Amino acid sequence: MTPADHQAPLEAQIAQWRGYLRHRRAIYSADIEELEGHLRDQVAALTEAGLAGDEAFLVAVKRMGSLDALSRDFAREHSERLWKQLVIPSDAAGGPAATTRTEMAVVLALAVAAALAIKMPALFDIPFAEGNEAFYARNLSLFVFPLLTAYFAWKRGTSAAIRIRLAVPFAAAAVFANIFPFGSGSDTGILTALHLPIALWLAVGIAYVGGRWVRNERRMDFVRFSGELCIYYVLIALGGGVLTGLTIMMFNAIAVDAEWVAQQWLIPCGAMGAVIVGSWLVEAKQSVVENMAPVLTRLFTPLFTIVLIVFLAIMAWTRNPIDIGREVLIVFDLLLVLVVGLVLYAVSARDPQASPDLFDRLQLLLVVSALMVDAVALWAIATRISEFGLTPNRVAALGENLILLVNLTGSAWLYVRFLRGDAPFSRLETWQVAYLPVYSAWAALVVIAFPPLFGSQ
Amino acid sequence: MDLGKDLVAASATPLVLAILADGDSYGYAIIKRVTELSNGHLRWTDGMLYPVLHRLERQGLVAARWRASENGRKRKYYRITKAGRAQLAAQRERWHVVDQALRGIWMKVCET
Repeated sequence: MTPADHQAPLEAQIAQWRGYLRHRRAIYSADIEELEGHLRDQVAALTEAGLAGDEAFLVAVKRMGSLDALSRDFAREHSERLWKQLVIPSDAAGGPAATTRTEMAVVLALAVAAALAIKMPALFDIPFAEGNEAFYARNLSLFVFPLLTAYFAWKRGTSAAIRIRLAVPFAAAAVFANIFPFGSGSDTGILTALHLPIALWLAVGIAYVGGRWVRNERRMDFVRFSGELCIYYVLIALGGGVLTGLTIMMFNAIAVDAEWVAQQWLIPCGAMGAVIVGSWLVEAKQSVVENMAPVLTRLFTPLFTIVLIVFLAIMAWTRNPIDIGREVLIVFDLLLVLVVGLVLYAVSARDPQASPDLFDRLQLLLVVSALMVDAVALWAIATRISEFGLTPNRVAALGENLILLVNLTGSAWLYVRFLRGDAPFSRLETWQVAYLPVYSAWAALVVIAFPPLFGSQ
Repeated sequence: MDLGKDLVAASATPLVLAILADGDSYGYAIIKRVTELSNGHLRWTDGMLYPVLHRLERQGLVAARWRASENGRKRKYYRITKAGRAQLAAQRERWHVVDQALRGIWMKVCET
């Protein structure tokens, strides 16, 4: 054998060993280089002493110590590394620092753009102040979602054709949010404000998956992303609240009124920028720590199940009918959305290969009790419509309840089949992610069709 | 001879500092030197040395620099600092105390 024959497998072995090291979070790429240099020196010395290439490699690796022990020693010395990656993971992944820096610059630019976007209408005589709440509510998602979509289009490197197609829904949304002469306090105007973000979130999702809304796993990733973003957003909002409160109080102490700064700039700009920054954080820490949404799901699934069952029992016992007003409709919709969310996140975090356990039974119980509550609510809405006729609110609520009813029925059916061992868990997953566009389609329908149908006053 | 984990760990710092006081060096060479000095009795798992070096670096006892080695690869060389020399002196005194105490009692035990 020539020396070259020795070299090729050795290089492959070293590359593989390096690959294993790279998966250890406590070991950075610079350390890997240092360790690799050591390994090569050792191999060279052993080969010189007469060992064959692969023997020398095995001995050298053995002397280095087990990967677990090595990674533990590094973690003990660099415990901060396990935490720091929550913000900047690229070092650990061995990625070049330049890309991280570019991404940070892009994120900052987009966040600033989002913050400025919400101040744009003020230039056209629509200040962020009393009297314009309805305008801002309807257009809220349009200030930041296009920028978020741009971020993902940039990050995933989507083609120009897809980028143009991604721009279409936003252009259409801008038209439909503003073309109708909505009166103040108009029902359809409020419905537009509530439904437009749901419709547009699908466009963000398509950008998130890189333009191809095909593979189930990628769609599930988007579901996970949405959940994590919610949590991050709430955390950032809490910090922002503290910042705002302290700012106002500090300036009050020196008799300077800072409240208008907070109301005009700090809160609206911060709220927009936080969407971008939150998304970036979720992207950055992806797969580094256990995700939060599934943990919350596990915590709240039993609690919501209990509440729903107690509610149904007490309603049956007292025979009190549901008093259908707008608030009640919203409460029931929210409740059902929450249940679907709980199911969705439980599904997203579950190992599809695992066999049924107690938690799956609990999920089924939750779905079935939600179905019953949904049926009661639907019946109440239907009665109301037959007695007092159609209003945009009632039709919207009816549609949403029906959509959720179908989803929950499908979930319950698939859960039963899964628990009986008739169908794999992945069927449930497929069902849930395949259903996602339905929500957006309905929301788009409400935005587009309701104002002409029911009037915009 | 198995020296035991604690003794190996305790002797690592003074050994590394002393070797570096003798001249700048890098991980592989340090380990080779330790093996030579102990006639092969003191066997470290190679990977264990690096967290120790990084700790000393963080404590400011050694300084590190990447330099090209003779085979063209980059190599991280370590150099002892002023604080490191002070620490080495302190360590030496400590080990001297232990050594004295052990010697004293062993002479007696062996004589009887």
